[in-house]
Amino acid sequence: MEILSLFIASVILYGIPLLYATVGEIMTEKSGSLNLGVEGIMAVGAIIGYLVGSKADSMFVAMLFAFVSAAMLGLLFAFLTVTLKANQNVTGLTITTFGLGFYFFIGKACSSNWITLGGNFKKVYDNSIGIPLLSKIPVVGEKLFSYNIFVYLGIVIAILAFIYLYKTKAGLKTRAIGENPAAADAAGINVNAYKYINIIIGAGIMGVGGLCMGLNMGGTFEGSNCWINGYGWIAIALVIFAKWNPLWAIAGTFVFGFFNTLQVYRGIFVESFPNALGWLSKIPIEFYKALPFIITALVLIISSVRKKKVPDEPTAIGLNYYREDR
Amino acid sequence: MKKTIIISLLVVAMVASMAIVFAGCDFDGEDEFTIGAVYITSQNEDTGYTYAHHSGIKKAMETLGLKDSQLIIEDNIPDTDMDATRTAIDNLVGKGCDMIIGISYGYMDAMEEAAEKYPDVIFTHATGYKSNDTNFNNYFGRIYQARYLAGIAAGLKAKEINNNKIGYVAAFTTATAETASGINAFAMGAQSVYPEAEVYAKSLGTWGNIDLERKTADALLDLGCGVISQHCDSAQPQIAAQDRGAFGCGYNSDMTKDAPKAHLTATVWHWDVYYTTAIKEAMSGKENFMEKVGKVYYKGLTDGLVGVSALSDNCADGTQEAIDAVTELIINGEWDVFSGVKLSIASDGTITKTDAALKTNAGVVIVEAGGASVDDSVITGTMNYLVEGVKEVS
Repeated sequence: MEILSLFIASVILYGIPLLYATVGEIMTEKSGSLNLGVEGIMAVGAIIGYLVGSKADSMFVAMLFAFVSAAMLGLLFAFLTVTLKANQNVTGLTITTFGLGFYFFIGKACSSNWITLGGNFKKVYDNSIGIPLLSKIPVVGEKLFSYNIFVYLGIVIAILAFIYLYKTKAGLKTRAIGENPAAADAAGINVNAYKYINIIIGAGIMGVGGLCMGLNMGGTFEGSNCWINGYGWIAIALVIFAKWNPLWAIAGTFVFGFFNTLQVYRGIFVESFPNALGWLSKIPIEFYKALPFIITALVLIISSVRKKKVPDEPTAIGLNYYREDR
Repeated sequence: MKKTIIISLLVVAMVASMAIVFAGCDFDGEDEFTIGAVYITSQNEDTGYTYAHHSGIKKAMETLGLKDSQLIIEDNIPDTDMDATRTAIDNLVGKGCDMIIGISYGYMDAMEEAAEKYPDVIFTHATGYKSNDTNFNNYFGRIYQARYLAGIAAGLKAKEINNNKIGYVAAFTTATAETASGINAFAMGAQSVYPEAEVYAKSLGTWGNIDLERKTADALLDLGCGVISQHCDSAQPQIAAQDRGAFGCGYNSDMTKDAPKAHLTATVWHWDVYYTTAIKEAMSGKENFMEKVGKVYYKGLTDGLVGVSALSDNCADGTQEAIDAVTELIINGEWDVFSGVKLSIASDGTITKTDAALKTNAGVVIVEAGGASVDDSVITGTMNYLVEGVKEVS
């Protein structure tokens, strides 16, 4: 039983950065912008947040700088695509390239006097906050219902993003822009302002996710390996999986994390429960690796077959809005 | 007419001056020995595989008194891209290189081709298995000997903390002989001091995946392992061990700086040992190079090509003595890892040799009790099994 609770804990701990990235991207895409720069934005948020946070020895400062530095990249993306009408795909890819380059540049520049994770900063990261009552359950409770601040914050942000997008006036306007910016404009909504705000806040949230990832990796700079390691791209797939809904993103993150971690724990399960779970090792490892993507494809197929009145995907996604073309 | 003459004269002058410039280049290049190197990642890295080779080459050049300008580098050449490798080699030959070093396994076929195309250039390739008689050799090292030593450090620590489960995060397990021989040697080293030691090896199925390396180490720790060894790129397994209050053995560089509370010792390469010999002999011509360095260069502890990094304070008492004693046996040629003779090292460092068959974990006998070591070609090429006491966690 204990190994199962350790497994679930690992799923949640290592999956949570995906939730930040996915929620950030949902906010961006709901306003009609497709930001493919997630990977780079997370990398910049991670390294700036980590370095400044270590220097100040404060988790709050780290999160703040992760958010702000990533939001700056969001601002750049917004300026290029909303104001200058640059192609969104190309701009996003450029931001990823830039962000990763920036990550290695800063990392190398600081590597000789790198600050190792420690002090108060580490204490806050390591500090597991137990869910009252549940964490008191013997054997499994302590592992299963007690996490660090990033896990709770991620879930709170996802819920807030849902309330914002689906329960507030501002969210309604954002979604309107994502569906039909010309109609929104005609209704008197300031299209550009809304796009800017959503892109910038979305990017900031991704940055905090990046910081979380860096801390999960123990905050050590590895010369040729970025902390983010492709999670930014997975997040873009997860947006589809979550059907552009931040609450579904919570579920999506954990389903994704479940299969992602299952390929690692498969052998551990077989070792611990040879009779009950021995069959797990009969399935090739490649299948486990492919599973999350197979499921994403299935979700896409099912949602396109169901033909809802309002499609999940924002209609105007990826298209720049030219007011003069109305 | 006048115009035509002037233009013709100008053209002639241009061609002549270019010829002089090129001749000048050739003249400069001829009396200087130039080395070309093909790297898989950037030459500016400060840790990892390319870094280890690059600093080895630089150190060798310093020892031999060569100038920085005598090294030309083509870096970030993916070893899965045959065309990119060919182009890189053509560029280096075009720039007048007399010797070309390829550090990654996947360059092998392109280098074999090039050795035929450019018979006057010396080609030397790490980690593969191809070579020819005239100008193409292969080099690698007995890293398994160093792994055995690291295994001793891990075994003693496991014994001290009274936990016989040792984890091993490997890019691959039995899929490549390089990783399989490493796991086996490590396990045998651990068993020499702690016969009950069991090594749980888990394959990542890939190189260079930082987050998978971390999670795999975590999973092995969850299984109850108290010491974690690794054959992968990042220091994540060591950091994961430190976070759980466990211990570990790193690879490629001294990882004590990454995980000061957990790291015991790391298995390391001293590539400068090879490069110093290779460059020195290559400077006296390809015949001399092939004769002195050999078609296949495969050295180990004896020549100092491999070793373990300085032991950290986390090591159990008596680790240094035990490692020194085994190192001496290997250097003197009295014993080697994959033979039918097993070592048992007592806590005071005395070694008892017993004849015992080398068996796989499925019970297949590889070497009869008392038999000589397996061939080098097995260690580098066909070892696709794990020995007794190793469990593969699929």
